Amino acid sequence: MSAEILSLSAAQAAAAVAAGELDRAELWGAYRERAATDTLNAFTWVADDAPAAVDGPLGGVPLAVKDLFCTEDVPSQSGSKILEGYRPPYTATVVAKLQAAGAPLLGKTNQDEFAMGSSNENSAFGPVNNPWDLTRVPGGSSGGSAAAVAAGLAPWALGTDTGGSIRQPAALCGIVGLKPTYGACSRYGMIAFASSLDQAGPLTRDVTDAALLFSEMVGTDSFDSTSLGMPSPVLLPTRRDLSGVRLGVPEELLEQEGGLEPGVRARFDEALALAKELGATVTPCRLPHAEHALSAYYLLAPAEASSNLARFDGVRYGLRVDGDHDLMTMYTHTRAAGFGPEVKRRIMLGTYALSSGYYDAYYGTAQRVRTKIAEDFAAGFSAVDFIVTPTSPGVAFELGAKSADPLAMYLNDFFTVPMSLAGIPAISIPAGLSEGLPVGLQLAGPAFSENALLDAAYALEQAIGFDGSPARTGEGR
Amino acid sequence: MLSREQVDHVAQLARLSLTDEESERMAVELSNVLDHISKISELPLDGVEPTTHVIDVVAPLRDDVPIPSLPVDVILAAAPEPTNGGFGVPSPGAGAE
Repeated sequence: MSAEILSLSAAQAAAAVAAGELDRAELWGAYRERAATDTLNAFTWVADDAPAAVDGPLGGVPLAVKDLFCTEDVPSQSGSKILEGYRPPYTATVVAKLQAAGAPLLGKTNQDEFAMGSSNENSAFGPVNNPWDLTRVPGGSSGGSAAAVAAGLAPWALGTDTGGSIRQPAALCGIVGLKPTYGACSRYGMIAFASSLDQAGPLTRDVTDAALLFSEMVGTDSFDSTSLGMPSPVLLPTRRDLSGVRLGVPEELLEQEGGLEPGVRARFDEALALAKELGATVTPCRLPHAEHALSAYYLLAPAEASSNLARFDGVRYGLRVDGDHDLMTMYTHTRAAGFGPEVKRRIMLGTYALSSGYYDAYYGTAQRVRTKIAEDFAAGFSAVDFIVTPTSPGVAFELGAKSADPLAMYLNDFFTVPMSLAGIPAISIPAGLSEGLPVGLQLAGPAFSENALLDAAYALEQAIGFDGSPARTGEGR
Repeated sequence: MLSREQVDHVAQLARLSLTDEESERMAVELSNVLDHISKISELPLDGVEPTTHVIDVVAPLRDDVPIPSLPVDVILAAAPEPTNGGFGVPSPGAGAE
């Protein structure tokens, strides 16, 4: 019975519970047992007991939650030693909403420290293995969430995306990942990385599950003045064709320094051919400033991070080092001991970009580039409905392959960062395999176009027919 | 190329103590990243407004109704050194600016 339960999608499991065909406690037990066998290091904490049952549209389907979401009395460490063992006194709004809608907390998932990374190798709690090939990274920063869903350790998971941290690991693990419009969901209780970019979103086995989870995440929140909710309810996707849908391909971006792997390009081109068979038109489109998105992002995000991470100072929570010295020594030694190398690098980069004499040249320029990128997308969407790219330039890489070269690592975000800067929604769906590893297809639409985006992604998903089980490694679901 | 002095100054601003080895490596790594990203300074951006918030939104006000805060003891439970109902900190002492 357990294998049968684990094979259900989250939406199928929720429907089975609602129909009285599946016992909620049995569903919980199957995943609790499965999560406890995690050998990928995907989880940093797994719940012991089933929480009190809550009736709701999510049907008791257990939820894995990225470590950086505050969860009351449960470790919430954002992958960092500086927050090791921290148990917050409150729960993040989106997690509370999902719990209230009937999704109990199954566990917390591993991530790059403070969501800074594209491989999950920057976690203070160790790297995560990709279930498709245990010698490879799952992507990042929501690597634990992606690996857990791909391996069937969790039916679905919550992640966050600042420059690609939902979409890229979803692509590298062969699952679906949605970065919503900035403001669709509350950020309250997310341990902040870059506040003008951070968004929560679902990582799921299929597009329907993504829509179902997302439908219960959205809404305004009096604790987050940037939360707007969605203008209309989120619907489950039904569309089977793409007739009348105009897809734009930013060819110039595809030819840039991202180093697009041939196998990724091949799956991308096949997906475009399928889209045409479904009735879509595919035309080139121009995003002249998108190639500069990565540069702007690696100024803006570290600048915001250097400010957000100032709160970790050994005073109110987390680690304190050399508290018997003077205050400045305590600050500098606590932060030196508590932050990992990539977080230090970004704090330094951000502090430099914001420092006197450099502010306008770096931070101000990056903000102006951001304006141009948003204008490019707005112009693009006057001629096409969605812009499509590969999600990541390559498939999952070997553990350690890029960890010595920050710039090579940053290039992973080449296709995902432009949408983040523009604040628009984008989804990654599996497009097939290259060298036995999953390839992601990214679709992006105008702000608040999630319903249409999910519908288009669903139609393509049905046509592609990807088998999402990495069974060959013994880690399959 | 960032100098060691610049790196140490930024580290001081960021309240990070770096070892000599970290400072030297940071100078090289930050310089490489800055070399790459400073290409954007060549773009024609005169008259372009900077974007601070990407979705057009007016700062909303919630109803002016008091809601309870978390109790002090709950907050202090996470503090490294709760002292007399507050956050204990070392004396500014010799490190004061």
